[in-house]
Amino acid sequence: MFAEFLQFLFSGITLGATYALVGLGFSIIYNASHVINFAQGEFVMLGGMGTVFFLGLGLPMPIAILAAIALTTLFGFGLEKLAIAPARGASVVTLIIITIGASIVMRGLAQVFWGKEFHAVPAFSGDEPINIAGATILPQSLWVLGVTVLLVFALRYFFDKTMMGKAIIATSLNRDAALLMGINVKLVLFISFGLSAALGAIAGILVAPITLTNFEAGIMLGLKGFCAAILGGLGNGMGAVAGGMIVGIAEAMGAGYWVSEYKDAVAFILILLVLFFKPSGLFGKTGTERV
Amino acid sequence: MMMNLKSAKTGGILVLCAVIAILPAFLSNAFQYEIAILIGFNAIVCIGLNLLIGYGGQISLGHGAFVGLGAYGSAILTMNQGWDPLLSMVIAAIFTGILAFVIARPILKLKGHYLAMATLGMGIIISIVINTEDQLTGGPDGMYVDGLSFMATQIYWYWLVGALLVFSVWASLNLIHSPIGRALRAVHGSEVAAEVVGVDTTQYKVLIFVVSAVFASIVGSFGVYYSNFVTPDIAGFFHSIELVVMVVFGGMASTFGAVIGAAILTTLPQFLTFLHDYEHLVFGLILMLTMIFLPKGLVPSIAGLLKKGDK
Repeated sequence: MFAEFLQFLFSGITLGATYALVGLGFSIIYNASHVINFAQGEFVMLGGMGTVFFLGLGLPMPIAILAAIALTTLFGFGLEKLAIAPARGASVVTLIIITIGASIVMRGLAQVFWGKEFHAVPAFSGDEPINIAGATILPQSLWVLGVTVLLVFALRYFFDKTMMGKAIIATSLNRDAALLMGINVKLVLFISFGLSAALGAIAGILVAPITLTNFEAGIMLGLKGFCAAILGGLGNGMGAVAGGMIVGIAEAMGAGYWVSEYKDAVAFILILLVLFFKPSGLFGKTGTERV
Repeated sequence: MMMNLKSAKTGGILVLCAVIAILPAFLSNAFQYEIAILIGFNAIVCIGLNLLIGYGGQISLGHGAFVGLGAYGSAILTMNQGWDPLLSMVIAAIFTGILAFVIARPILKLKGHYLAMATLGMGIIISIVINTEDQLTGGPDGMYVDGLSFMATQIYWYWLVGALLVFSVWASLNLIHSPIGRALRAVHGSEVAAEVVGVDTTQYKVLIFVVSAVFASIVGSFGVYYSNFVTPDIAGFFHSIELVVMVVFGGMASTFGAVIGAAILTTLPQFLTFLHDYEHLVFGLILMLTMIFLPKGLVPSIAGLLKKGDK
């Protein structure tokens, strides 16, 4: 009984950590630019598929991973420089459509260069399951959790202590005031997209050994990461992490105790219920509207 | 000013009628008719969606689900229950309308990205249900549906869809220039200001949400009778996105923009098929470039350029 529960919990927090990283990516870009980046899932896909590609070139695993993160970060920079920056001042819906266009382009590129097949990435330290109180956990799940925790702390440090991190927060609070204070808002946007892309890539690389990857692998991950970000309150980084964990655990419990066919629906049912009662997410500020 | 608006409206409808009447002269095979009919179907959904997005300022990333409800409602009632197709269509539309009405209040309280998330979630849940309840819907394989016995040939369908399209444009333009339309535009401009001057914003948002859902449901029903087949893709996330993209591409808050957006984005993939594997890549690039350089969409941007030219 307890072992079963523990088993679902393990798979839930592994999923949750992935959604948390994707959700953080949404939050960072939203904070800097108020854009919801519908290509976030494609960053995740590029991370996984990029690793497959560089491993195929014969590079050792750590180098292949770094190369895949670098490649995805370049796409993040490119998206900001070539598509978001030129469209400054466009309406929110227009910006959303631009990022949807970007996601179609990235999927199209991946399909042209890497085909439609599913690819496997070898687990970082073996496939031997570890036994804990009657339940098992894959070493790769520990990698997912460990790296996520590290990244969350690193990001906290980045936003609290470094100049660039503080500049991003200032820009998200009030763009014009930040500009007047001499903050290079253009650079802030540029860095945010790159950082967000790198986070997405890392999430993609970490889960690829567990779930396999192909050119469409980012779609559902992206949508559930969006759920995580909204659940935690848009723009609230720690909220996105908590949101990701809640979505992941709910999904694993739903699949385990309810019906596995509806596993993908759990995240969305949860988000609708939460939004009906808390329209700004669990930890979002209920802002008053300035007229 | 008023005269101007009215003549623009009548003129636009006349041009649309002329295009529909003359087009068959240029259509030489069944495939081309098929595309024309698909354009008509998509345009009608987009006209309804444009009322919500363009005039109400409320985004919906789940409208494919309403098309899917109409399609599957009709399919299940005619094939599993043996009901009359037209009656099935009406029942499906009423059901969709009631569902939209029930979820409209809690959903439309949300703003901006939260609303986008909620409509997206609603759409995905409906599409997962259609995919999973395979005893009722045939699951991912889809289901076969009998056509309408009196619609013997494709040409009949062409004229039916053409007539429905003209009616939808007319109805949409009338709604926009009615007190309801003015109230909606006030909601889009500033919801708080609209409320202050006494507009019951929630009521109007709910009304337009239900109207656009019913538009979508009816098109879904007709679509399924036309093609005799339906798969869950019709209710999926990508279909929903496609519809929003058509509205924004053609130009928000422009009824004819919605029609032109639907026409271009339905036809474009057919022209790109020669690119084979590169098709999606090029489609995405065209979409991005259009939105970057014409952020208001084709029709309003071009109309703006023409006005500048006048001066």
